[in-house]
Amino acid sequence: MHVEEKLTAETFPEQPEKATLEGKNKFIGFWVFLGGETVLFATLFATFLALRDSTAGGASTQELFDIKLVFVATMLLLTSSLTSVYAIYHMKNFQFGKMQFWFGVTVLLGLAFLILEIYEFNHYMHEFEFKLTSSALGSAFYTLVGTHGAHVAFGLLWITTLMIRNAKRGLNLYNAPKYYVASLYWHFIDVVWVFIFTVVYLMGMVG
Amino acid sequence: MVSENSRNPKVDLAFRRKKNAEEMKHQVVSFALMIFLTIVAFITVGYDGIDEWLKVPFIVLLACIQVIFQLYYFMHMNHKGHEGPQFFIWSGIFVTFLTVLAFMTIVWW
Repeated sequence: MHVEEKLTAETFPEQPEKATLEGKNKFIGFWVFLGGETVLFATLFATFLALRDSTAGGASTQELFDIKLVFVATMLLLTSSLTSVYAIYHMKNFQFGKMQFWFGVTVLLGLAFLILEIYEFNHYMHEFEFKLTSSALGSAFYTLVGTHGAHVAFGLLWITTLMIRNAKRGLNLYNAPKYYVASLYWHFIDVVWVFIFTVVYLMGMVG
Repeated sequence: MVSENSRNPKVDLAFRRKKNAEEMKHQVVSFALMIFLTIVAFITVGYDGIDEWLKVPFIVLLACIQVIFQLYYFMHMNHKGHEGPQFFIWSGIFVTFLTVLAFMTIVWW
């Protein structure tokens, strides 16, 4: 199959993300990248786990964390993972409008998550004087959770750009791998968050 | 590609859409399970009926199960042609295990 081929629902391949050589390369290359991202987050998690009790006399995780806020944030991100599955489902059915809609919902949920995180950081800094430089815990916490938040922000920009750029083009074999890979990235962000809410927040509340 | 083997692309499309819809159903089921595991983890933390020392390994186990769902269903690692992704992700997980183990045993202050 060729990148510029005009396609209909009938001729659209079963796996549009891997129908061209470019798509195949994007697919495998992106998984290499995700393997690397796993290692990046591994170092940040390991640092956090080693230093999570080093408060230097400042606020501890038990004092800081609010279970309700973390729960709402988790639900937002988890749901956004499902909505991007819906988007890819519609992509495979060659339903461009529906795909764009569900990616749009994903972006809105991601944005809500990000706003909540900014509120949370702001709250810690002003209510508890808990900053990046306060303690080893502070450095480890903001670097780990902040790197994840930066990934969310980048993902939002990425998906939004794809949606705007291709709004009038429709779906083809050139942009299908791009959408597919963006959705993989979004799921990966959720994978990391599962460990953040467990290792940082829930374990931080247990003590 | 299925469309090249079939004589009638319209029938073919109907079949593929049905197959996709079925897969989507599995995705929704795994989403429900993920929500359930998350809620269980949050309840565990505040629940007094479980010994404190048991809570951490239990919620970490729940997180691992949830991530397996995320990787194999949402990210389609259960599909054919994912040998490369499996290799890269499991290598990453192996390095993660080593890194966390090393930091937790070597760093003491």
